[in-house]
Amino acid sequence: MTDPILELKDVHSGYGSIKALKGISLRVYPGEVVAIIGANGAGKSTTLMTICGIVKAERGQVIYKGQVINTLLPEKLPTLGLCQVPEGRRIFPRLTVMENLRLGAFYRKDTDEILKDIQKAYEMFPILGERKNQEGGTLSGGEQQMLAIARALMTKPKVLLLDEPSLGLAPIIVQQIFNIIDRINKEDGTTILLVEQNANLALQAATRGYVVETGQITLEDDSTSLLANPKIRAAYLGE
Amino acid sequence: MIHEFKKVWKPYTLGLLWVLGLLWPLLGIHPDGTLSFERTLIVWLYLLVVSFVCLILYLMNKSGHLELMKNPLSAAWSKGAVAAKVPPVWGWFLVGLMLAMLFPLFTGRYHQDVAINVLIYVCLGLGLNVVVGLAGMLDLGYIAFYGVGAYTYALFNIHYGIPFWVCLPVSGALALVVACIVGYPTLRMRGDYLAIVTLGFGEIIRIILNNWMTLTNGPNGIMGINRPGIFFPSFADGFSWEHLWLKKLWLLYYVALGLAVVTILCVHRLNFSRVGRAWESIREDETAAELMGVNTFIYKLLAYAMGGMFAGFAGAFFAARMKFVSPESFTFLESAMVLCMVVLGGMGSIPGIILGAAALIVLPELFREFELYRMLAFGSVMVLMMLFRPEGLLPAKRLGTRSEEREG
Amino acid sequence: MDYFIQQLINGITLGGIYALIALGYTMVYGVIQLINFAHGEFFAAGGYVGVILLSYFAGRGLMETHPWICLGMSFMLTMGYCAFLAMGVEKVAYLPLRNQSRLAALLSALGVSIFLSNALMLTQGVFDKPYPGELFNGGWEFGLVTISYLQVMIVTMTIVLLVSLNILVFKTKMGMAMRATAQDKTMSALVAIGSNRIISLTFAIGAGLAAAAGIMVGLYYGSVRYDMGFVPGIKAFSAAVLGGIGNITGAMLGGLIIGMVEIFGAGYISGQYKDVFAFIILIAVLYFKPTGIMGVNVDDTRV
Repeated sequence: MTDPILELKDVHSGYGSIKALKGISLRVYPGEVVAIIGANGAGKSTTLMTICGIVKAERGQVIYKGQVINTLLPEKLPTLGLCQVPEGRRIFPRLTVMENLRLGAFYRKDTDEILKDIQKAYEMFPILGERKNQEGGTLSGGEQQMLAIARALMTKPKVLLLDEPSLGLAPIIVQQIFNIIDRINKEDGTTILLVEQNANLALQAATRGYVVETGQITLEDDSTSLLANPKIRAAYLGE
Repeated sequence: MIHEFKKVWKPYTLGLLWVLGLLWPLLGIHPDGTLSFERTLIVWLYLLVVSFVCLILYLMNKSGHLELMKNPLSAAWSKGAVAAKVPPVWGWFLVGLMLAMLFPLFTGRYHQDVAINVLIYVCLGLGLNVVVGLAGMLDLGYIAFYGVGAYTYALFNIHYGIPFWVCLPVSGALALVVACIVGYPTLRMRGDYLAIVTLGFGEIIRIILNNWMTLTNGPNGIMGINRPGIFFPSFADGFSWEHLWLKKLWLLYYVALGLAVVTILCVHRLNFSRVGRAWESIREDETAAELMGVNTFIYKLLAYAMGGMFAGFAGAFFAARMKFVSPESFTFLESAMVLCMVVLGGMGSIPGIILGAAALIVLPELFREFELYRMLAFGSVMVLMMLFRPEGLLPAKRLGTRSEEREG
Repeated sequence: MDYFIQQLINGITLGGIYALIALGYTMVYGVIQLINFAHGEFFAAGGYVGVILLSYFAGRGLMETHPWICLGMSFMLTMGYCAFLAMGVEKVAYLPLRNQSRLAALLSALGVSIFLSNALMLTQGVFDKPYPGELFNGGWEFGLVTISYLQVMIVTMTIVLLVSLNILVFKTKMGMAMRATAQDKTMSALVAIGSNRIISLTFAIGAGLAAAAGIMVGLYYGSVRYDMGFVPGIKAFSAAVLGGIGNITGAMLGGLIIGMVEIFGAGYISGQYKDVFAFIILIAVLYFKPTGIMGVNVDDTRV
């Protein structure tokens, strides 16, 4: 295989004296969909936040395209093509859908392209086009998730980090969201790192998966093997 | 060390240039249409030298170059700290008290004067500590209650000739009542809103003192307030009580000392009582405290009122000692100064506040020639403390251990 | 009736000035939830730099020949000066405390405020410093009502500044980024908005507006004093709270109301207690409607 586009080497991080990650190492190769599964509080979200530099890595390295990025300011990363859709969507509630999308393209200077991309986002998510002048906070949960993904796509990511995209959504919406994730991966060739509590769903969408327990990677395998693994089935798939 | 310097020289230089850019228009542009650079540069060079020395010391400390000097000092300090723990706290308190009692025997008027000032501010600081340090409410209008106490005694004494000792509890009580009246509507707010509202109330009270001519004689103040008196047993003509005005400064010093000791004891007892625990819970997390069944409003009001009461006592003594009160003494800057003492010493820590009050009163006296720069120094000390040692010089010991301390 | 109209005009003038100061409080609070106690000092510094520059121009005799250019220059330079001052203050005293308790930041702000007002006193003296010349003497008279040229200038200038600010915040990309930062700093970083830069910018804009207000007050009352920032500062903060803190339109409206209340209170109730009215409004608003007249919900109406 080629070089990994994103690599974590023995990353430790945490909040104050609470250590959330105790040596996470993982690799993501270009064009993959990789899932990180694990229980509540295992450190899945912290892993993504550490990659994005919001939580500082105390030890270890985060390497993106051969460059160590954990020393950079978090706001640099989207300009390099690394973007996260955080847990709970985090739409700017008092900005309109349109403004939310334009903020996704904040660092970009190519005005015409931005407008085109916004049109593309409306095609991909027709509901957003209908509500483009509505404030983000008035959207439903599923619409907000779509807006969050669309906003992240506005940064033209090479690697998209998705944190719990299924959280609190109706099953039919979840299915839509995962179809879109699949489309983003297939059509644009965007690499996707997916964090999910819904292990079944995540592993079906992903090519490979990591299992995180109390801040450490305990298992790494192809998703088909993980899905077949009896331990995983017992712990995360409720069997 | 060199490595550390490399990291900071850029922001440091930028900061210095920033200061220069700000200073020059203030010092170098003259109304007669001329420009000058000399004075600006001199002031700037002073700043440069002072800040550079501080920076080097700070960096040496950080990179461990001061260890040679610091090691014996810190060893001595920790040894001292261990030794200090051998006698109980009340032992140290008694020793301090003895020294304070003996103080007037060896000193002159000037020193006693300064000492009285320190003691008044100790009372004020401890009172404010109840509000800010224990209950965690930032009160920026605190000095108003001091004013209420002072004016209460002044007015009762001037108009009705009521003596100090009768007025002292009345002053405290009245300040407490005013604190309740002010606190009732305001204490529903939290944090910064509370700060600004108390600031507003403090100003309102000062403006009222300043403008209610018929009652307070406005900005001219009230003069001719009596000193405290005591009854002294006299055996000259059989047994009788002789009334004696406390005119000697050292006698007043003992009154101030008594007041300060009572305040210290009260605040200490409060701190370690059920009420103190309730306050601590409110300070740490008001919502959680409320959910645990602490009636936060009542306890906040209580803290506010207690703080006001201590200020009232101190105010009454202040009026008696100065024999004069005017609204000038109760400005926002006084509030800020008391707050500065509490912050400098360590919020919630009684020895810290005593130290803070002593430092902020005595140091300006020692550097009289720099009198002008006093408030400038206060301001910078407040910022620097927040940046480098937000818990104060002698931080409060907290009861029990906290989960995050145990984990780390 | 004439008296009433006269007071109305004075009230609008003063209210506009308060609105300009209030905007700085409200914007900073909106972005980092800090009451910037030093904001009143930015205003005072503006008044001083204004008087220094105008005196300088007067000393060179430029005031007679090109009064408008001098005035314009003074406004621009002063606003720039205060913006520069505020950005530095933010870097030194607030930025390192961003993750500390709010009490620490508030005390730091208080320290900065004391420091700045004393620095002004030490460099400029304790006495009132008069504004030079009779630049805007005179005015229009309508019966007993007078509108001075100065009042017209102040109101016009205020309107221009308020409109430009509204355009900046609601129509430009920078303004959008400011509003986004106010709502969610982490998410802003995830879409490449550097929150520190935005916060710096917010401080600069707020201080610039306060500086303009400082010159206006200097011109209006004829002199400045080192401690002039304190009381207008609290009143402007009251205005910001009255309008719903974090809400720009609210701050403008709040400033106007506070100005009116002060002028009418002084005119019809008592001149001595004019400073009390603003505080009473502040306390009443916080008691009865802590979100202010324009605030719908404190959490998401910021900036």
